[in-house]
Amino acid sequence: MPSLRRGLTPLLLLLPGGGWLVVFFAVPMAFMLLISLQQGTFDTGYQQTWNFGIYPEVIAEYWELYLRSALFAVITTIVTLAVGYPVAYTIAFRGGRLKNALLLVVVLPFFVSFVIRTLNWRMILSDNGMVFGFLKDIGLLQADFHFLATPASVIFGLTYNFLPFMILPLYVALEKIDRRLIEAATDLYATRAQAFWRVTFVLSLPGVVAGSLLTFIPTVGDFITAEVIGAGNPQVFMVGNIIQRKFLDSLDYPAAAALSFVLVAVVMALVAVYTRLVGNERLAG
Amino acid sequence: MRARLAGLALPGFTGLLLLFLFAPIAVMIAFSFNDPAGRQNITWQGFTLRNYVDVWGRSEITDAMTTSLGVAVISTIFATAFGTMIGLALTRYDFRGRWIMNLLIFIPMTAPEIILGASLLTLWVSFGVERGFLTILAAHIMFNISFVVVTVRARLAGMNRSLEEAGMDLYADGRTTFWKVTFPLIFPGVLSAALLAFALSIDDYVITVFSAGSVETFPLWVYGASRLGIPPEVNVLGTLIFLVAFAFIGVQLWAQRRQGKAAPITLVGR
Repeated sequence: MPSLRRGLTPLLLLLPGGGWLVVFFAVPMAFMLLISLQQGTFDTGYQQTWNFGIYPEVIAEYWELYLRSALFAVITTIVTLAVGYPVAYTIAFRGGRLKNALLLVVVLPFFVSFVIRTLNWRMILSDNGMVFGFLKDIGLLQADFHFLATPASVIFGLTYNFLPFMILPLYVALEKIDRRLIEAATDLYATRAQAFWRVTFVLSLPGVVAGSLLTFIPTVGDFITAEVIGAGNPQVFMVGNIIQRKFLDSLDYPAAAALSFVLVAVVMALVAVYTRLVGNERLAG
Repeated sequence: MRARLAGLALPGFTGLLLLFLFAPIAVMIAFSFNDPAGRQNITWQGFTLRNYVDVWGRSEITDAMTTSLGVAVISTIFATAFGTMIGLALTRYDFRGRWIMNLLIFIPMTAPEIILGASLLTLWVSFGVERGFLTILAAHIMFNISFVVVTVRARLAGMNRSLEEAGMDLYADGRTTFWKVTFPLIFPGVLSAALLAFALSIDDYVITVFSAGSVETFPLWVYGASRLGIPPEVNVLGTLIFLVAFAFIGVQLWAQRRQGKAAPITLVGR
């Protein structure tokens, strides 16, 4: 019965991986939703009370953290775009035979653990460390200057950690551009700036969008950077720090689960607004 | 003259950015040779090679490394097999409910990691599953499947079907065609998917911390050990990992040059 076998093959191919994703991704999401609607304490146990009031409650208590996380992530995305674009452009258009080598050099530092890189930045940027300690010694900075644990330091750390997520998609988009289109623009008396903004940049938009999303989404949920470079200062905490603490330290599962779902909603809303703003039709190319 | 300067601006900026990207790596390598007075490895005290010897004698480090390697190897094998099968099903067969499969692959890749980790914790808690090696493994296989599917699919999409048809025309059955024609053709894609899965697994902190319980992987140990300063052992292992990555990339570039054509870059750090 060849027809039956043909009908079964895709199912058999999908079953192990698809089943795994259902059991360890979809089902946990459902459980997180159920747990967010429970009440009680860790010691006496949690009961399913369908307490939807938890959502307005956590939003009222933690809206500032969502705002800060979104703000940090938006600024980080803009900075990585501004810094990453010239680099991706240079590699794609001027890289020549070294293109692949340069791209690998860009990703090479990121093979070292995220945690180790961030810890070393904390050391470099510490109050009396090799950068600020030196500047203080030669009198360029006041003795009480500090950078760690400030909002700027967290954004700095996020920018460093997520730069390759911006550079790689930008490179892919720029590399694909047909150079003759840019030549055509200059032949038609466009200045170099006009040719760049009207042709090159517009054609690279899919890379800009992909890079922005790949930077923004992990950034907004990050908690390591605020913990390490933010030196655990609650003034620079992002929402991820609270979720992690509530899940792993205070064991307040319902509030932590509710906070996680609100984060998902914030991410989806901002991504929807962004893709609407950029315009899907311009990305068709 | 102005045009000359403008021409140097972009390469100059790129060079500076590369230096910036390597700054913490350079410090890491330098301080792996530091001989700190106390536990706080934050100022330069003197050169020593002792850290490179001592690191192998600390059982909590070697245990964490062993756990990380075990999780990475096993999760890579499972995720690569599962993901390749899904990739084949999605490119080769037409079936109903394809959008559900696409969503199941797409969402885990785009959701913030903390959401994946946290929701898994609620699963373990709900069923009273004790967290440890197996729960970490389940989590790693889960987040790696999507990346494998995407990588393998890209390879399958660019493949010439006529080679498989030729195989069939020459009386090879489905199985023989797959193992003699299809698989060797997609193998580079499968291999880079496996390497990506391995790299993602061995470096993961965020998802792991929610599924780990009292078991420590290498990133978890590093984080726990570095509350005050960075123990030199952390920088030693970081340096060794960096050297392995460097050698690996060097070999890849050399192989490309020998082939005389540029293979697409498939490794993405996370």
